[in-house]
Formats: sequence, C-alpha cells, structure tokens
Amino acid sequence: MATLLIRGGRVVDPSQDIDRIADLRVVDGRIAGIGPGDASWVRADETIDAAGMVVTPGLVDMHVHLREPGREEDETILTGTRAALAGGFTSVACIPNTEPPLDTQAAVEFIHQKAARADTCNVYVVACVSRNREGKELAEIGQLVEAGAVAFSDDGAPVSDAELMRRALEYCTMFEKPILAHEEVLELSRGGVMNEGLVSLALGLGGMPAAAEEVMIGRDTALAESTGGRLHVMHVSTAGGVALVRQAKARGVRVTAEACPHHFTLTDEALRTFDSNCKMSPPLRTAADVEAIIAGLADGTIDCIATDHAPHAREKKMLELDRAPFGILGLETAVGLSVTRLIAPGHIGWPRLVEAMSTLPARILGLDRGTLRPGSPADVTIIDPDRSWKVDVASFRSKSVNSPFHGWTLRGRAVTTIVGGRVKYRLGGG
Amino acid sequence: MSAPSASSQHSAFDPDSSDAVPASWTHRHLLDLERLSADEIRLLLDTAARFKEATGGCRRKLSVLGGRTIVNLFFENSTRTKTSFALAARRLGADVVDFSASGSSLSKGESFIDTAKNLEAMGIDAVVVRHSTPGTPHLLAQHLDVGVINAGDGPHEHPTQGLLDIFSIRERLGDLAGVTVGLVGDIAHSRTARSNIHGLLKLGARVIVCGPPTLVSPRWREFGVEVSHDLDAIVPVCDVLNLLRIQFERQNTRPFPSVREYAHLYAMTAERMERARPDLLILAPGPINRGVEVSAEVADCPQSLILDQVANGLAVRMAVLWLVCGPRGVETQSGDAGEGRRG
Repeated sequence: MATLLIRGGRVVDPSQDIDRIADLRVVDGRIAGIGPGDASWVRADETIDAAGMVVTPGLVDMHVHLREPGREEDETILTGTRAALAGGFTSVACIPNTEPPLDTQAAVEFIHQKAARADTCNVYVVACVSRNREGKELAEIGQLVEAGAVAFSDDGAPVSDAELMRRALEYCTMFEKPILAHEEVLELSRGGVMNEGLVSLALGLGGMPAAAEEVMIGRDTALAESTGGRLHVMHVSTAGGVALVRQAKARGVRVTAEACPHHFTLTDEALRTFDSNCKMSPPLRTAADVEAIIAGLADGTIDCIATDHAPHAREKKMLELDRAPFGILGLETAVGLSVTRLIAPGHIGWPRLVEAMSTLPARILGLDRGTLRPGSPADVTIIDPDRSWKVDVASFRSKSVNSPFHGWTLRGRAVTTIVGGRVKYRLGGG
Repeated sequence: MSAPSASSQHSAFDPDSSDAVPASWTHRHLLDLERLSADEIRLLLDTAARFKEATGGCRRKLSVLGGRTIVNLFFENSTRTKTSFALAARRLGADVVDFSASGSSLSKGESFIDTAKNLEAMGIDAVVVRHSTPGTPHLLAQHLDVGVINAGDGPHEHPTQGLLDIFSIRERLGDLAGVTVGLVGDIAHSRTARSNIHGLLKLGARVIVCGPPTLVSPRWREFGVEVSHDLDAIVPVCDVLNLLRIQFERQNTRPFPSVREYAHLYAMTAERMERARPDLLILAPGPINRGVEVSAEVADCPQSLILDQVANGLAVRMAVLWLVCGPRGVETQSGDAGEGRRG
C-alpha cells in the first residue's frame, strides 16, 4: 500500500466546494481523504510539504495539438505531454488535425498506445467530426466513441457545411458527447493574418473580422438549440462571441465555451512587431475584447481555460507573416498567465480558476478527473501562487519555441504535478 | 525620443565637402514613415533637394558613397522602383547588385532571412527590399547588421514613394502646413497611401481619403484623416489629388461591381477638373491605368506632376541611401561639422 501525504497546503476543490488549509492523503494512486487525519496519516511513504502552496485537482487542458502522427518535427506525444506536466496539467485532450487525421478506431488506439508508452500525463482523444476532416460526411462517430474518443472536432478548420454540423450535433446526442467547434466563416477571414481593426488598417495586413467568428457562433448555437446537441465553443476571442454564448446559455442551449490565455493577455497591438509568434487563429483582438473575455470568465459565461497549444517548428515560424502558420504554445505558460492576468488583478479567485482549469473541462469531456473526491484517481497539481519567474523558451519541454511570452516575468507556477498518485514533475528537478 | 532642432534642416548636406551624415539622423534603417518625426522627414526632404541641386537635376555623378555596395533585394516584381534605386546608388558612386527572387535559392525553399544573411556575408552595406508581405523589411532589420531600406512591403508602406510625392508637392507649394491633399482610390491595399498619410499628417497637411467604402474604411478617421466616398464633393476643396492605382492583385474579392462603374465614380476626368481649383496638382504613383483612375487628358495636363515624381524619386532615394549608409561622424571630433552619431 503506497501512501503519499501532501501537507499543509491550501486545498482548492470546487467539485466539493472545498477551499481551506488541509492535508491530502493518497493511497495506491487514489485520493484517500482530505484531513487533518488521524495518527495513521503520519506514516506516509512520501510526504510533500505544501505550506504556502495551492493544492488543486490535476489541471485539464481540453485543447492541445500534440501533432503526432504526421508532424513530429513540431511536437510528439512524448514532448507535448512532458510540456503539459511542466505546466501543471495532468490530463490533456488532443485535437485530431494530425496527418492522417484521427478519424478511425486505429488512429485513436495509436494515440492511446503512444501515450501509455510515454507514461506522462493522461491523454484523451478528440476525434474528427467528418471523415478525413474534409467537412463532407460524418466520421464513424459511434465506432470512435467505442474506441474511447471523448469529443468530436474538426478544429483547425470550422465545419463549414451547416447541414453537416446540424447532423453531427444531432447524432452525438445519443452518445452524450460534445462537438468542439472552431467558429469561423472562412469566406470572411480569407487572406487574413490578424484581427481586422485599426492595427491591421495601419499595418496593411489582411484582417480576420470579429464577425467571421460571431456569425459562426450564432449559427452553431441556433443548431445546438434546435437539435438539443452539446456544443462547446472553442477559443472565444471576441466580445460579441462572449455575448452570443451568454445569450444562448440564458435560453437554455446546451453550450459551453473556452478561452485561451493569449486571448485574455495580448491584443492585436502585439502584431506591430510583425512577430509571427503573435499569429494564431482566432487572432489576437482588441482591448475591449480582452475585457469581455475576462468578464466572461469571471461570470462563468466562459466555462474554462484551454490553451490551444499549437507548436510549430522554428523554421516554419521564421517566415513572412502571411506564410507562417497560425499557432502559439500554451501548456507551459497557462498557469503563469492565468494567475498574472486573472488572479493577481482580482478578476477571479482561486476556486474559479481551478474550476476553469480542472473541474469544468473534466466535466465537459465526461472524465472521472478534475476532483479530489475520495476514490478518484490521484491527479493533483501543486501551484506556488506567488512565485515570480521568467519565461525562457529554451527551458520548455515542448519541442517548439513559438511563444511571444519569451522573456516575460509571470507570477504563479506549478511546482509539482502528480498523476495517479505518482509525482511526474517537480520544478527544478526529478 | 530625439527632437532635433529646426535648424537641422539647413545642415543636411554639402556635396563639396566630405560631410558626415548629420547627428540628428539616428536611424540605421528606413522602414516606414510612421515612426519618423516631422523633423526627420524634413531632413530627408532637404537632403533630397540638395542632392537634386548638386547633381544638376540628378544627372551628374557624385562619389559620396564610393566603395559602398547596395543590394536590390526584390521579392516582388518592380521595374521603376528598382531602376530608380539602382540609378540613385550609381549617381552617388556606389556599386549596385540586383537580386531577384526568381531563379534564386528562394525558389528552392530557402527562407528570406537566410537569403538576406547570405548576401550580408558577402560584405554589402545596405539592402533595398521589396516584398509582398507587410513587415518583411522590419524582420530583416532585426536579423541583419546592415542597413535595410523598405522599397515597399505589401500594402503596408512605401516610404520613398511617400517622400517623393511629398517632395514633389513641396517643390511646387512650399510648406505643407494647411495644404489639402486628396488620396483617391484603393486605400485599403495601397502602401503609397499609408506612407503619404503618415508623412503628410506629420508635416501639417490636411488629408482626405476617397473611394468606395470597400476600399476606404471610415476608421481612417481615427488616424486624423478625413474620409469621403464622393469624389465630386472633395475635388473643389483639394490643392492636390494623388490618384492611386486599383491593386487588383492584392484583392481577395472584387470590392466594386466593375471597372466601368469604378471609373464612373472615381476616375479623375477633364470634366471633374473643371470643378477643381485652377491650380490643382495631380499626382499618380505609377504605373497608371489610363481610363481607370485617371483619364489621359488629366494625366498629361499641365498641372500633372507624374513625370516630376519619377525624376524626384531619384533625389529622394539618393538622400535615403546616403543617410542610411553614408559616412558617420566621429564622436571624439569636436568643432567639426560631423557630430557623433548615436546607435
């Protein structure tokens, strides 16, 4: 019987409404209890002193591009999940825009096997909505559910065909699986590399209007409403998008939403440097949009924080802005940016942050994670809430370095990441 | 921010001495007009005027850049700008090498940064770069130690075109303050428009942009520019009209129903000239599409500065090349004309 005792930390678990200084006891890879416990608690095989730390259910990132199979020069399942552990994540959901796309049982099985071999964090598979991610006909969703897919998405691209989207939402109701939607009307954003606004006007760069995202969120919330399907809006980036999700929720539509740290941290002003690391889709928007996203996270309109971790090898990003691919790293800066941008200024407290980064993403994907309830798998993240640290891409576990936050000083960092009761990451060693 | 004194405009250049680049010019590159001050733009224009005079209208050769090598690094087709830069460099005694993207290792997949670094390793002094993507010269400037001159980066800026337009207006009208300039046409896709807007506003001109809403965003107002969609309304109030080409090659979707309809609404014609001030000046950055943005009569009328612009382009580019790679003053020398140069 292997026992682990995490002592004296601030245990924050929104799934049980817990936020207090406590000890956490793990036995044989499962949560045994939150104490002060009895005398038997003293005799743990391993004890971690968590005084001054925040102890949370393991963080869950429901939007990660691991790139394997097909683009191993950008990231692999091994390097991506190591980056996840260093960022405090115990579970990630990988997005199927690989080469080939994850649209068969064999592909899902490949990911599961590679992840088991990596023996890092938990990896869940999001499979394609459409066969070969072509947006023409449904993938074999039932077969994919049997293989273990937890959700469906054609992310990287929208499901442009409205009828296909309607059928996908409808069909998935029998499996209770959500469709994760990349909301973009491609005709409106064609040729764009950044937000359409004053900065794109000044720089002469092609614009991607907010309406390209909002028109699609409007369409998909209407389809979710009419079908009763579960819609999850990925990477909401505009104030109008936040408002549409809020309205849909008020009508009782089964919709959830996520926001990315870069969208509540940077604005399109960052493109004035012409740094291709600031190019992603949806693009960085304006200060008013950033404000709306933070408000949406604070009031729960936006359920969770997801990184949209999108690694690209250095040589691919060292290109002209219109040739460089869309995407930004996220796993290793998510906690720091969230603490710095949301908690430090007082927009939200720790319980809401843990809910957004663990409880709700686990619930949306139907995982038995995101909680410290006794009997649950012992996925635990220990965060130093006050640690000030400098982002250095050279120290990243990720295979790629496409982060515009290199050199930034952030507050808050995961110091220990525990998966299934085993310490998988320790800052500065192990 | 450096704020050179107004007197700097009179110490720009003396071709008969071995003058150094004035200390008030602190830039290693010329990337855009947006980040230049009004005094820096005046210094460029004054230097151009002196070069024009010293070369007998850009015809005589000087040797102020003797021994320097300039590379024309053009990733996008150009004939007049490339020729103009090459002539300007030769007029100053520099060697010029042309490098065009086609037939180079770029077509073999080499990145533009690697290409430029290879050229730099050959011991050059400046690159004149044109590219279809905004910001490419700015990225090169971050990666290279030699001077970078932007000869047009997509729809972003074309600083020497903006300078030569302003130079041509200033030659006729003197001080730009209070002068009303209308920029007509495809503002959305025009680098010439952006460089003109920044330069003209800094020098105190009133700027009106005019064209259909699909090419002329009302948000230009937020930069201090007036916006109109009615050419007939602005013609009578303008001192200068700069007629910009429709950049069909940069448009994703047709921003107007037909060329015929566009010309009907926005071509500067003899008929519209009748409603203009008699001394209205007409500019057009080439190549012009006769019959689209300007009729033949207007292009060839006495108030047309179109050929002046081409000639003045040489003077402006001489000034830019000299300021970017001309001799630098030595800081320890005192009482000399050339003062120490920062950076």
